[in-house]
Amino acid sequence: MNFVRGYALPRLVQWAVVIFVGATVTFLIPRLLPTDPVEQTLNRVSATSVTDPRAVESFRNALKDLYGLQGTPLEQYLNFWSRLVRGDLGPSLGAFPTPVTQIIRDGLPWTIGLLGTTLVLSWFLGLVLGTLAAYYGNRRWSHVLSGVLVTLYPIPYFILALVLVMVFAYYIPLFPLVGGASGQASLSPAYIGSIIGHSFLPAVSLVLGGTAFRFIIARSLASGVISSDHVTYAELAGLPRRRIVFAYIMRNSLLPQVTDLALALGALFEGALITEFVFSYPGIGYRLYTAILQSDFNMIMGVTFFSIVGIATAALFIDLLYPLVDPRVRYR
Amino acid sequence: MTVAAPPSAIAEVRDLRAAYLTEAYGVHRAVYALESINLTIRSGEILGIAGESGCGKTTLVKMLLGTVTPPLTVLGGSVHYYVDGRDIDLLALSDAERRALSWSVVSYIPQGSMHVLNPVRRVRDTFRDFLSAHRPQWADRAEDHVREYLRDLGLPETVLGAFPHQLSGGMRQRVTIALATILAPKLILADEPTTALDVVVQRGVIQLLDDIRQRTGSTLVLVTHDMGVHANLADRVAVVYAGHIVEQADTTTLFQHPRHPYTQYLIQSLPRLDDVAERTSIPGRPPTLDNPPPGCRFHPRCPYVMDVCRTTVPPLVDVGGGQRAACFLLTPEHAGG
Amino acid sequence: MIRDVNVSTPAVESLPSTEVLAERQRQNLLLFTVGRDLFRFSGAFRLGAVLLLCLLGMAALSLVAPYAADARRVVPNDRPPSLQFLLGTTALGQDVFWLTTFAIRNSLFVATVAVLISRTIAVLNGSFSGYVGGAVDRVLSSITDTFIVIPRLPLLILISFMVRGSLNLVALAILIGLLDWAFPSKRYRAQVLSLREEEFTQTATFAGMGTFKIILREHLPFLIPFLMADAVSGFLFAIGIEITLSILGLSDLSMPTIGTMIYWSNYYQVLLAKHLWWIGAPLVSSVLLVVSLYLLSTSLGTYLDPRTRLKSLAVRGAG
Repeated sequence: MNFVRGYALPRLVQWAVVIFVGATVTFLIPRLLPTDPVEQTLNRVSATSVTDPRAVESFRNALKDLYGLQGTPLEQYLNFWSRLVRGDLGPSLGAFPTPVTQIIRDGLPWTIGLLGTTLVLSWFLGLVLGTLAAYYGNRRWSHVLSGVLVTLYPIPYFILALVLVMVFAYYIPLFPLVGGASGQASLSPAYIGSIIGHSFLPAVSLVLGGTAFRFIIARSLASGVISSDHVTYAELAGLPRRRIVFAYIMRNSLLPQVTDLALALGALFEGALITEFVFSYPGIGYRLYTAILQSDFNMIMGVTFFSIVGIATAALFIDLLYPLVDPRVRYR
Repeated sequence: MTVAAPPSAIAEVRDLRAAYLTEAYGVHRAVYALESINLTIRSGEILGIAGESGCGKTTLVKMLLGTVTPPLTVLGGSVHYYVDGRDIDLLALSDAERRALSWSVVSYIPQGSMHVLNPVRRVRDTFRDFLSAHRPQWADRAEDHVREYLRDLGLPETVLGAFPHQLSGGMRQRVTIALATILAPKLILADEPTTALDVVVQRGVIQLLDDIRQRTGSTLVLVTHDMGVHANLADRVAVVYAGHIVEQADTTTLFQHPRHPYTQYLIQSLPRLDDVAERTSIPGRPPTLDNPPPGCRFHPRCPYVMDVCRTTVPPLVDVGGGQRAACFLLTPEHAGG
Repeated sequence: MIRDVNVSTPAVESLPSTEVLAERQRQNLLLFTVGRDLFRFSGAFRLGAVLLLCLLGMAALSLVAPYAADARRVVPNDRPPSLQFLLGTTALGQDVFWLTTFAIRNSLFVATVAVLISRTIAVLNGSFSGYVGGAVDRVLSSITDTFIVIPRLPLLILISFMVRGSLNLVALAILIGLLDWAFPSKRYRAQVLSLREEEFTQTATFAGMGTFKIILREHLPFLIPFLMADAVSGFLFAIGIEITLSILGLSDLSMPTIGTMIYWSNYYQVLLAKHLWWIGAPLVSSVLLVVSLYLLSTSLGTYLDPRTRLKSLAVRGAG
């Protein structure tokens, strides 16, 4: 139980703090900024139709209620939390009266599927390639690979996705331009095949960026391990190269890379959002994009809050799994 | 100290010159680590290599192992092994050939064996790695071999299941010795095997090394600055100073009749039970090898320095009684050039 | 018999230890030699420097542009690249070449302001936290950690969505800067913590040097290379986020930036119309900009790390 107190508890507390601060910031933003979302929506609506002052007034009240802007700031804050705890993020304006939570729930599996597979894939790919590039540092292919990935790394996800769309969906129409799948949702091979087809380019975009990120870190860590005594000794003793790379170098550079998995998750999540924008991939990012286009205030708020909770929880989860990998934390 | 085996050579270093050459951002630097090294290692003997830190001993060890990676560069000479009737030119071998040779022909016990064991693997897995690399045919019996060997050496079997950080420094040293010798290599190179250990453990390690050598009949090359270890264990000693061998003799002769001024200083500085006189240390410091003094590299600190010493390098020659020294004081006839 | 003789040892230059190299680094940092050395011997630095200089040149050209930045309908629409219009024209009647010069300048402007704000906050927060220690440090660190976990993109989208109409470039820059201080703050704190423990700090403290003087004279030379590499990562983030927000239509759409150019070209469906020059110019500029910045920061980092200088680049078999 020492483990729970020493390790798990501080992290749970931090998680709660993040949720609290994140929610409060999300609450405060619309109320601290000079623009009033109610007036904004009203202006947009009344710009396209003739309005009766009484109807406008009752609409204004309805909006205030919808956006949680009724009453004093304290009342609003308490109301906000009571709704959150009940899992109520309000209805979406663009798809009225569908609740925001439902729209998020619909998009969630797509985003998790994309994000999950690309995170794992890019992590492994970057780790293996980075370690090998460090080990075979003098070979031509190592320099070329490093050059390519170092060039890819700083490129923003949006640009990367745009280039991929332009080249592979547009000019060489190999892949579909938009959407997540074609046809009826089912477990049929045709449907699954279409999922893979549609998610291929978004996944490639994310994997390229994620692998470059992981490659650079792995290569640097592996370089450090390569010059260590035990690797030099193993080389000297003539152990086979494959054994040295995996059991002597990679295993020893692994730990810090597992800890920063949570960090990588955060970065990749934002990349996933952007990729969904570009490919109209029906995950949470796409719903967010639609919300922006439709000026759907509730939806944007809802997705923001959900992102904060989601990332914080995922990070906590990864942190709690870490002792399984590092025995030193277990036997404190 | 046991009697040396018949003096047939197992390895030979011929006129070896080596340096560390680096270039970074336009700055070239060269450290001349070894100069015209000539050494014969006799089969079954214990050869001691003595010298201060930075004198080139470790570079010599690397040469004997054949691990010449940049910035270390061979400038001339060769290293030969005479094994199973073959003459192997070590430095000309390909990487794959050298890897095959290592551990079964020559192995290495490194300085500070604290960190040479993989920290994330248990000792038994490390042994398995090393064995499977050179004796794949042992496969399943490998673990039994290891257990038996450890038993023979008096090491507890429990070390097998442990991680390196769970063992004490002395135990790690002994495990590394076991690891290096389990394949009964013909030549064992031990680099400062007793440094960083307390005296009691030191004795155990020396004993262990001697046991192994007697058991397997291998040749042991002992590289250390600790003259006491040489006195205890070595049959012959070669004294290295600033990349040169300055004297070479049987241990007894070296300790009783050192001929080279540097060796004299070394022996003189050793404490003796019956002599309470004050010990003097050599004035000055050993030269750094990127810009070594011309001529005899010891001349700046030598009390008997002559003009010729400042310009010409004295050759290592026989000075009688199986002893060799490099000093113009002893062989003035070579001063002519 | 061995006599005690006074011998003089010739002064030989020893192989620089890490401490000696660090000292020389401190001196060299203030000199031109760093840039010159890097330019001569590091291919990555050369490439990055050349690219960046070209881009800065483009940005500087904007000062002599014949049109105002937000001018429209000043040239014929949708012309492909030609001698008259080097990079073609847009559907809004703008010259893509001059638009690009403005775009690079504005994107760099936004990034610079954002970096100044975020790194100031980060240095202050991190150093304060690191020096003071104790409960203050714990509280500040907890707050910092919180802001590291919170994903910034959704927050930025929310904020910029709300102020959509009235966002100008300066406001955008401030906004970005206010959200990028968390991670660098953590790094500066770590640096300060390790510097505090260094021997030379303790020596200086014992010698009676005031804290502020210590920071200025002893620590700053070590922090500067770190600051430079960190500043570049700040630039990369700011540029990327500006592009993202602008393409989503959430920034000042009247001013040309790399992101807004892509937004407008997308709005006018350049892909369908095959008017690639309008989207190509900002795309290529952005890639060149980020890659050159990154190359500069990594080559500088490698140069300043004493370990790489000692270990690196051995001359192959001279014998």
